[in-house]
Amino acid sequence: MLAAIVLRRSLMTIVTLFGVAIVVFLLLRVAPGDPIAMMISPGAGPDDVAALRARYGLDAPPLIQFWIWLHGILMGDFGTSISLRLDVLSLLAERLPATLELSGLALALGVFLGGAIAVIATLLRRSFVAGLIDAVNGLLLAVPDFVWALAFVLVLGVLIPVLPLSGRIDPALETTFVTRFYLVENLVSGRLALAGDILRHMAMPSLALALPLAAVIARILKEALAEAMQQDYVLLARVKGFSELRLVLGEALRNAVGPTLALTGVQFTFLIGGTVIVERIFSYPGIGNMAIDAVINRDLPLIQGLVLVFGLMFLVVNLVIDLAVVALNPKLRHG
Amino acid sequence: MTLSRREALGLGAGGMLAGLLAGRARGLAAAGDTLTIAYNVNLPSFDPTVGPSAVNPTIQAIYRSVFDQFIGQKPDLSFEPGLLTAWDWNADRTKIWMDVRQGVTWHDGSPFGPEDIVWSLQRAGKKETGNPIQFTWSTIGNFKVDGNRVTADVLQFDPTIFKWMAFLTGYVLPKAYYEKVGPQGFEKKPVGTGPFMVDAYEGNAFLRLKANPNYWGGKPAFETVVFKFIPDATSRVAEIESGSSDVTLEIPYEEFDRLKLKSGLAGVATPISDIGMIFVNSDGPMQDKNVRLGAHHAIDKQAIVTRLLRGYGVPIDTLEAPEYLAFDPSIKVGYDPDKAKALLAASGYSPDKPIRFTIQTTRGYKPKDYEMIQAIVGMWRKVGIDAQIEVYEIAKHFELRMGHKLAPAAFYNWGNAIADPTTSTGFAMFGPSPHSSWKTPDVDAKIGPLWGEKDEQKRIAGWKAVDRYVAEEGYVIPLLQYVQPIVYKTSLKVTPNKSGALQPTLVAKA
Repeated sequence: MLAAIVLRRSLMTIVTLFGVAIVVFLLLRVAPGDPIAMMISPGAGPDDVAALRARYGLDAPPLIQFWIWLHGILMGDFGTSISLRLDVLSLLAERLPATLELSGLALALGVFLGGAIAVIATLLRRSFVAGLIDAVNGLLLAVPDFVWALAFVLVLGVLIPVLPLSGRIDPALETTFVTRFYLVENLVSGRLALAGDILRHMAMPSLALALPLAAVIARILKEALAEAMQQDYVLLARVKGFSELRLVLGEALRNAVGPTLALTGVQFTFLIGGTVIVERIFSYPGIGNMAIDAVINRDLPLIQGLVLVFGLMFLVVNLVIDLAVVALNPKLRHG
Repeated sequence: MTLSRREALGLGAGGMLAGLLAGRARGLAAAGDTLTIAYNVNLPSFDPTVGPSAVNPTIQAIYRSVFDQFIGQKPDLSFEPGLLTAWDWNADRTKIWMDVRQGVTWHDGSPFGPEDIVWSLQRAGKKETGNPIQFTWSTIGNFKVDGNRVTADVLQFDPTIFKWMAFLTGYVLPKAYYEKVGPQGFEKKPVGTGPFMVDAYEGNAFLRLKANPNYWGGKPAFETVVFKFIPDATSRVAEIESGSSDVTLEIPYEEFDRLKLKSGLAGVATPISDIGMIFVNSDGPMQDKNVRLGAHHAIDKQAIVTRLLRGYGVPIDTLEAPEYLAFDPSIKVGYDPDKAKALLAASGYSPDKPIRFTIQTTRGYKPKDYEMIQAIVGMWRKVGIDAQIEVYEIAKHFELRMGHKLAPAAFYNWGNAIADPTTSTGFAMFGPSPHSSWKTPDVDAKIGPLWGEKDEQKRIAGWKAVDRYVAEEGYVIPLLQYVQPIVYKTSLKVTPNKSGALQPTLVAKA
């Protein structure tokens, strides 16, 4: 059953990505800004402009350009970045791990914080603290990730400078890495001091991304827990003498987590989108930061590659979430 | 001893937390020997001779750290020997000669020589290389090497050829190494002769350079230089204020005034070779000279500098800043709103019956760009011009300019690090140039002969005459010369560079 879901969704992913490719290609050709105009010399004439267009493959009709690009992608060639002058695929491979680690850490933080808030709010639902928790959660919901980022820059970077403000690792460290998954590699290899430095650099950006996600998870999970706590099986467990904590964590949570999981998947895609601004604020070298420069420079091949990667990430995340929901809920396994 | 699951998780979390708060792992470079610069742009490409980054003035500070130029440039914009120790034309300006510096090595230890000069110039002059200034480099050819002297034929006389050797794309690259590794290999591991060598690079994050111990210009003051790429101005302010960086630049003037007063920090703000101006389009409502001149006379540039830019700016009336070669202080287009009203009235316009057109501007691309245009629109309204502001991205500006489709008025900045009038008035006002917005034969007729003028005095006088004519006709509206704010730790001494390039070699220990 799960295999059938994976196969069906994988086919849909390919179709969806094809649609994304068409849309991004068309939008870039329609949007204002000409990469050739940004690099022509003062002495350039029409012939020079034409030569530059031909050099970057921008002289052919749009349909031909699209076919060349699509054909290249199918062959594993995403083209060459106009501004960075490097192979787009290798650029994406170089920067994507940073964003994946940042998003992953933000997701973990968001789930942990959101879950903790929901559980605590449920345990204290009959006390005055519940209202306070709701207010704090409301604040977390209202403030977008980039505002949190700027607040952290001010508070934790300037006023109480305990965390580094930029980058992924201390530039003064002489280090070598085998992969671009710096955090994972150092944790696995036991270089904990280095992992600590990387985590310190990730702390503020990942927290900025995590807080809005945590707020959404907290709200949905709290409501789901409240509903689950009214169910007969919880009442039975209470009669049996289970503690309140065990009731919440052991009985109610496993039944409340389903809807939250599905929503987390959707919210995670927003989180990934938020990496663009947050990475920029913290000069974090992921694909989000690279995307901003690509757009400023009208680097068409790079923008196209980035959009495809973002699209693929969204689709994979949603596939994983859907599979997890099905795995957790037997009712969904038979169509 | 056995651990419960809870205890194991707690120990793991505690360990991670301790690692997180323990402070950074000790770097190998001593902090005192490292200069950290919070820089305002990213470095897209290491090749300083091709692509859009090669003509980005802001990146030149990094390129000059790793590579040497044919001819060097001092902070006051005057020229000095670089990899060429002497140079000139022959008597009738049909040939050039260049003496190549001896005893120089590339960062990989291989010897530098005249063949690198020749190869770099030939490569720059080929269209297929993609050098944006190829049109200048192709004016010399048929290179010959005789010992340490390189000679070449002047295929087309360009009086600025030697100045370009100190300007954009005027860098010497290693022939043997580049041909061996190719363009992508060079991007991954660049090699130059400059004062610093590339040690580590994380795109969009940082560039770490190590001092070149064999640098012909003497060992740099710092063993290590780190450029942190921080395009966000707020983050740059935070970097310098927190002490995470030692020097930064291009921060809002309000923050500059605040930070330079803080204990441990100092600041310097210097006019640089970058000006703000309003392009005037030769099509549409600006064909009326009264409107053009009325628009210019209506702008109180000093008020804009004083109130919007906190005094950081120098009002100008031509495209030549005071340090430029063809600057003529006698050319004035003063603030005179009564004259502006009279000019517009002569064409039938008044505050009650204004002329209407669009003015385009970026927002946040240059300091207070949008706010300046807002102020100007307000000044125009009082004399009989009703301008609608259209905000666009800089990419859109370039596209429209190339297609000669800019609005009747469009704000832009213009850098000119060699201070020569061809690269300011010339490229901005010459009709055939894709960068000009005013395209009329009268200006082209005045500018045309100056491109190849061999008499330097006559050439400069000619450009001054063009500037006067352009001012009298109102073909462009220059606004101000920009001032670059730099904030640094008081343990340092910074020599401002009038080109705006914050080179690490201009920073010393106090």
